[in-house]
Amino acid sequence: MSETGVIHDIGYRHYDGPRLGLRYITRSLFVSSLKGAYGFGRSARSKVMPLLLLGVITLPAFVIAAIVTIGSLDTLPLQYTQYAARLQLLIAIFVAGQAPQMVSRDLRFGVVALYFSRPLTRQSYVQAKYAAMAAALFVLVTIPLLVLYVGALLAKLPVRQQTSDLAYGLVGAALLALVLAGIGLVIAAFTPRRGLGVAAVIAVLLVATGVAATLQGVARDQGNDTIAGYAGLISPFTLVDGVQVWAFGSDPASLAGPPGTTGGLVCLAVTLAVIAGTYGLLLLRYRRVSVS
Amino acid sequence: MSLIVTRGLTKRFGRVTALSDLTLDIPPGVVGLVGANGAGKSTLIKILLGLSQATTGTAEVLGLDVTTNGAKIREVVGYMPEHDCLPPDVSATELVVHMARMSGLPTTAARERAADTLRHVGLYEERYRPISGYSTGMRQRVKLAQALVHDPRLVMLDEPTNGLDPAGRDDMLGLIRRIGTVFGISVLVTSHLMGELERVCDHVVVIDGGTLLRSSSTADVTAVTQLLLLEVDDAVEQVAARLRELGVDVHPSGTALELVLRGDETYDAVRDVVAELGVGLVRLERRRHHMLDIFRPDGGTRVAAVSGTGAGEVRGA
Repeated sequence: MSETGVIHDIGYRHYDGPRLGLRYITRSLFVSSLKGAYGFGRSARSKVMPLLLLGVITLPAFVIAAIVTIGSLDTLPLQYTQYAARLQLLIAIFVAGQAPQMVSRDLRFGVVALYFSRPLTRQSYVQAKYAAMAAALFVLVTIPLLVLYVGALLAKLPVRQQTSDLAYGLVGAALLALVLAGIGLVIAAFTPRRGLGVAAVIAVLLVATGVAATLQGVARDQGNDTIAGYAGLISPFTLVDGVQVWAFGSDPASLAGPPGTTGGLVCLAVTLAVIAGTYGLLLLRYRRVSVS
Repeated sequence: MSLIVTRGLTKRFGRVTALSDLTLDIPPGVVGLVGANGAGKSTLIKILLGLSQATTGTAEVLGLDVTTNGAKIREVVGYMPEHDCLPPDVSATELVVHMARMSGLPTTAARERAADTLRHVGLYEERYRPISGYSTGMRQRVKLAQALVHDPRLVMLDEPTNGLDPAGRDDMLGLIRRIGTVFGISVLVTSHLMGELERVCDHVVVIDGGTLLRSSSTADVTAVTQLLLLEVDDAVEQVAARLRELGVDVHPSGTALELVLRGDETYDAVRDVVAELGVGLVRLERRRHHMLDIFRPDGGTRVAAVSGTGAGEVRGA
């Protein structure tokens, strides 16, 4: 008791400063979750994987930028809109590593009880986490695009053309980030065990990509481009790529783009449905979480 | 103003009734909520936090209605869950700062309050280490700190002494008392042990099977029930006779004696008598479980489960 006896001699001070509202709280959760996705505010060890992935995914962009500059090419050998799809394995690994960290941890260790006994609502929690995961992915996909852009400008490629191409790439990156964040978070939120969550996310993304690529290959061999195009809906990467091909007229990153305007609209509709659907599933998941 | 008011509060889960027509009017201070596991304590807390809807009835916390003002209540109330709720990979400081911000405190204030609060609950250098390496006692302190960090007007502590050894229990109970008296924050603390709450609470609410057995100030309760169990190794009759001469109310209880505790003079009388007669003092124990006999004279088995002996029951021996 002597140790705790000292405590009240220091004196308790009441807090009469401001208590900020739900928007501040949600924003704070978003910021800390986004930082957490890159290991900031966590152990040194948890920074290794995300930062390593960010480095590795940016490396090809540097190489391409160097080639364009030195070789004085007149176009980028890889379009901004194709970059993410080419390096999709790295992006999938990032989602698998960080989505469980983003949501499973709070569920598994009961931390949600501390959140939901505060003014924060379940809806705001889901919004903050979804936005943080999507922002983390957007950063991962966008940084290499910016390196490419700088390289293109140094190589004196047409500024106007490059800027609009980059803008297309950014829109695509944003869509891809939202789709992948939704899928990753839903899987992670339904598998609170971290190891299982990682495995489940990577399995779903790789299987989807594999199936989509295989179907596209077979359909192309059969000469059926329509089926090849629609097979792209199966993988998040080809799905978003389909939207880009239709909306921006970019070259497809996979074997086949969406068939015509209808195909493009279907890709856009499916993309939006995945984003809305995963958000809805997350809300449903957290409505069932009890505080005790 | 009342701290907590409930009127006919009922909560059913399917066919199970967790709370049944609970009507309470609890004044500010340190309030104990006692009941066996499954008596409805956690259900009541969830309703009071506005996280669970009552089936029927109304409840107010600090004058705020739980159904319409849940978010406002959670802004000025702190909650310490019964179960594990700490992430292992961050330090106590990081967690408590984060939770302060989650209660709406700006970052600078959150840091200051977290440092202050962790010191108040008795966490010093270890607060910079990851929580995974903490003992149960330290974890309970972190849980308490996150409930206090935003300087709430009321903290709800769900079984804060669970899993603690007797010394840890005493520390926690002392801390709870200090939160109520020195910090000036009202406390609602639950326990399945009657004895330990009696020592720190101004008011005790006993529920069993979702129904109210008793709600009263501890002064009322203990006035009737302060008993001392005295066991000596020899000359029981003489000890009893001598104590009666000194004005102590003595009743035989098996081979031991039950004394009505009137204050320090009762202890003094015991000390003087055993010294005078040269007998050995085997046991001197405060008896608290009798309190529950008052709540339910028929002494049902469920109430027996509620009683039991709290840590620190043997005092002054």
